[in-house]
Amino acid sequence: MKSKKIALSVLRNIIAWIFSAICLIPLLLIIFNSLKDKKSAAAMNLKLPALPIQWENFIKVIEKGKLATSFANSLIYSAGSVILCVFFAALAAYVLSRNQTKLNKFLYMFLVLGITLPINYVALTKVLQFLHLNNTAAGIILLYTSMQLPFMTFLIHGFVAKVPVELDEAAVIDGCGPFGLFFLIVFPMLKPAVATATVLTFLNTWNEFVSPLYFLNRSEQWPMTLSVYNFFGMYFKDWNLVCADILLTSLPVLLVYLIGQKYIVSGMTAGAVKG
Amino acid sequence: MNKNKTYPGYFAAGALIIYFVFFFLPGLIGVGYSFTDWSAYSDQLHYVGFENFKTVFSSDENYMKIITNTLSFTFITTVLKNVIGLILALLLTKSIKLLNMHRGIVFMPSVLSTLIIGMIFKSILDPKAGLLNSFFRSVGLEVLAKKWLVSSELAFGSVMAVDIWRGVGYIMTILIAGILSISSDYYEAAAIDGAGGWQKFRYITFPLILPTLATTTVLNVIYGLKVFDMVYALTNGGPGKATTEVLYTAVFKKFGTGQYAIGTALSSVMFVIMIFVGIYMIRIMTRNEVVE
Repeated sequence: MKSKKIALSVLRNIIAWIFSAICLIPLLLIIFNSLKDKKSAAAMNLKLPALPIQWENFIKVIEKGKLATSFANSLIYSAGSVILCVFFAALAAYVLSRNQTKLNKFLYMFLVLGITLPINYVALTKVLQFLHLNNTAAGIILLYTSMQLPFMTFLIHGFVAKVPVELDEAAVIDGCGPFGLFFLIVFPMLKPAVATATVLTFLNTWNEFVSPLYFLNRSEQWPMTLSVYNFFGMYFKDWNLVCADILLTSLPVLLVYLIGQKYIVSGMTAGAVKG
Repeated sequence: MNKNKTYPGYFAAGALIIYFVFFFLPGLIGVGYSFTDWSAYSDQLHYVGFENFKTVFSSDENYMKIITNTLSFTFITTVLKNVIGLILALLLTKSIKLLNMHRGIVFMPSVLSTLIIGMIFKSILDPKAGLLNSFFRSVGLEVLAKKWLVSSELAFGSVMAVDIWRGVGYIMTILIAGILSISSDYYEAAAIDGAGGWQKFRYITFPLILPTLATTTVLNVIYGLKVFDMVYALTNGGPGKATTEVLYTAVFKKFGTGQYAIGTALSSVMFVIMIFVGIYMIRIMTRNEVVE
């Protein structure tokens, strides 16, 4: 009986390692080959990189792939939409949760419906043209914000309900206006939800490339994901450089994942499980 | 306390306006443009009635194949992600060494860019030099070294497999949260009654995570119907004629060739379907919120 239990536990550990290996191999493949020279990277295998390690791949790719520009673009698009999205989502979630009139309930449903709706990119060009936002950073930021708002509002809405209303009542009695109440009393209480929304919005917008594909014609405006794809098209024979580019593009996301794993998991599972 | 004064409606205006203008409005006017001959080649718009929808649903065009592809992609990936995700969730809620590390690793592909994952797998699945086929050859399983993404029989399956690889960690994570929320009292009582592992799963775990499985199913369906990045990066609809073409890659191609009317008609078909799927989905997602 006891030996059977040990065997089962060993088996479980082995299976867990097999699954983890399947998930890790592609990442290792990229890391290893980004450190090889052109010739040995052409095979794209899991052999450890030979000495000397080709650090200059990264320098080459930063120059050839114009990574400084695309990194700055990605940063502007992501930071801009994080600020707009989290700010407006928190405000909307707060009011729509605290004052549940018939109209507000409908508006909340309408906003949250955006989690499932597809974007009509073709017709969106008309809207962007009308607002003169085609090929502009402002257009992309507003677009990203609109895409992320539904889920982030949903996320923060669930959290607002947990902040006691008595706080609001006490503040109002003390003479607090609506702005003071929100920014000084409620917003600080929403910190965990705001942190989660920030991390998720950053990840989603950093990885997003469909809108730039449709709406940014000039390569100087491209974010990292789009320029890595373009680089892949031009230098598909230099896997060492492509891997270095992929690694540099994924690095911010991987770092944010390692640091903010708790927030990401709680945010991505929000609403899915009765808690 | 006057609620309308304390919680002024204009606080919600910013979110609602941005969402309406950049997200909902294009969907609405898109439906309108579906009834025109809008294209890149003419400045004038003409009303053409249901012409575009007739083209979309006619049997002599490829569009039905594209719609079927999208539906089967959605169905197959949803089922397999749920099944594999559940197996992983059951495994990674047992006592295993480095449990959190395993969970973290399996979840990791979900945070990477789908486009980049597509690029990596294009290399791994390369028929000649790819890692997968090299592996099969090195262990003497030459027969399994196939033309994954370039043969018309295997391409669709390969795309779905990569997508399952990418998405299963997310589903697993949700299901783990579901399993951990089940009270241990049930299992203790079952153990006293002499229930084995399978019986505990069949009569406790499974029925109690059914609501969670419903949610993961809806999430997968929404993702599957809207899939673009993965197909675009791996095969871009090929090889051959529309082997792996899905709705959103087709829309993008129509956009690229300036056939805006057909593109927006395809999008609108989806928009209308998703409003109905969406209302059902939002009901499931908000059911826990209402009772506080």
